[in-house]
Amino acid sequence: MANVPAIEIRDLHKQFGSLKVLKGISLTACQGDIVAIIGGSGSGKSTLLRCINLLERPTSGEIAIQGEPYRMKDARHGGLEIADRRQVQRIRAHLGMVFQNFNLWPHRTVLENVIEVPIHVLGMKRDEAIHRAEELLNRVGLGSKKDIYPAVMSGGQQQRAAIARVLAVDPLAMLFDEPTSALDPELVGEVLSVIRDLAAEHRTMLLVTHEMAFARDVATHVVFLREGIIEEQGPPDQIFGDPRSPHLKQFISSVA
Amino acid sequence: MSDPQTLASLTRPSRTPMLTKLPGLLEPHRIILLLIFIVGLVAAIQLMDWSWLPRYLPKLWEGLQMTLIMLVSSVVVGFLIALPLGLAQVKGAWPLRWLATGFCTVIRGTPLLLQLWLFYFGLGALFGQFPEIRDSWAWDYLRQAWPYGFIALTVSFAAYQGEVMRGAFAGVPHGELEAAKAFGMSRRKVFSRVWFPRAVHRALPTLTGEIILQLKSTPLVATITVMDLYAVITQVRQTTYLTYEPLLFLVAVYLCLSGVLIVGLRWLENRVPQH
Repeated sequence: MANVPAIEIRDLHKQFGSLKVLKGISLTACQGDIVAIIGGSGSGKSTLLRCINLLERPTSGEIAIQGEPYRMKDARHGGLEIADRRQVQRIRAHLGMVFQNFNLWPHRTVLENVIEVPIHVLGMKRDEAIHRAEELLNRVGLGSKKDIYPAVMSGGQQQRAAIARVLAVDPLAMLFDEPTSALDPELVGEVLSVIRDLAAEHRTMLLVTHEMAFARDVATHVVFLREGIIEEQGPPDQIFGDPRSPHLKQFISSVA
Repeated sequence: MSDPQTLASLTRPSRTPMLTKLPGLLEPHRIILLLIFIVGLVAAIQLMDWSWLPRYLPKLWEGLQMTLIMLVSSVVVGFLIALPLGLAQVKGAWPLRWLATGFCTVIRGTPLLLQLWLFYFGLGALFGQFPEIRDSWAWDYLRQAWPYGFIALTVSFAAYQGEVMRGAFAGVPHGELEAAKAFGMSRRKVFSRVWFPRAVHRALPTLTGEIILQLKSTPLVATITVMDLYAVITQVRQTTYLTYEPLLFLVAVYLCLSGVLIVGLRWLENRVPQH
């Protein structure tokens, strides 16, 4: 069990029409790993993350979650398509994703957002789901906001609610897709500190981010993506302190 | 809205606490409007002839019921038809999409009165020619006028609301659906838990307007002898030779109905704050 990687990606390719976005990515994240994925705009980092829960269908390659590979079949017009929808849905329910634009469900209160998936996907009892959700909302500092609607909250609060929504499914791994990019600068800190808390618990995370200082601080492993390939990867101190590739050097100096 | 209050509190500071506590209806300009309304009402009651009213009350009550039945049934059934119409236009395979778009375009592009007459005089006469239909249980209904009124109103509402639902389904932000998908919801769950309720919610403001319009379309059924409120009032006018009193009464009733509908639907809308 301990030796089975939480997420294993082998030779992943993704192509939109004639545009090759991912050109053979292999990446392994073990239990408790916190992998930061960095890279310039258009480098494919969001696509890579979205392939992990099959929000994007890979063109070729293999992805296994907790040792279980997605069952895919060849699509008629090239590429892969989902062979077993049930399997994908079951795996997705255990891969919490935090989106750049929060994507809370605005017709439900914060609490209802958090209990939605436990009740309606995982089949948890309502009382239990509410009890857990209240704990989680307290944890992200939104205990007093549980009965309000997302539209009246700040971006930072919405993103913290979205994180609570992910925690409510007790995810095998959490996928963060630029969680602070849509936030006003003064709200970035509150979200990062919640993520930092989770990192301290050694939760498995994949984090696409532009917050380099944060990545250096919390990540156990940093992946630098450029033009659809992993150009360099390693522990944060090496990536940020002693970058080898000239592109990485340039990237770090340009965002620092 | 708060201007009269702030003004009053500036000029008469000693009474500020009381004034700010006044309910909205008692603001000065509203009191004046209310007075004008009351004067008009009293004048209408005193100076006009309302002696017919008690006599016709039972009939008017029946007419009102018919109006409400026409409205509620056509809105409910029409809305149920509008959902697949809207969905087919957004996500259907091309034959379905084509059919739904064609239906909405034809119905919205022709007068309701014409549709009503085509159903009643066209279909009604057609059905009568078939002995199989004449002898069946359905003839008990098909020889009456109201089923045709109901069908025409329903079809019309479905077409207008179908177009609204198309926009509402298409307008639900993709990210909200993607989040549902990313959490492992099946297509059906994504629809029932997120897409559908969000679309309805987005369509509510327009739905309010459509329902009011529908209320005001119901008198058309009087032209095919359905005894709705308008038809009863026409009868009153013909037997009493009064013109204004019955029509004013009609105005008052439709206004009240619209008011109740607006308040009720507004309440529904405001239960969830929008962006």
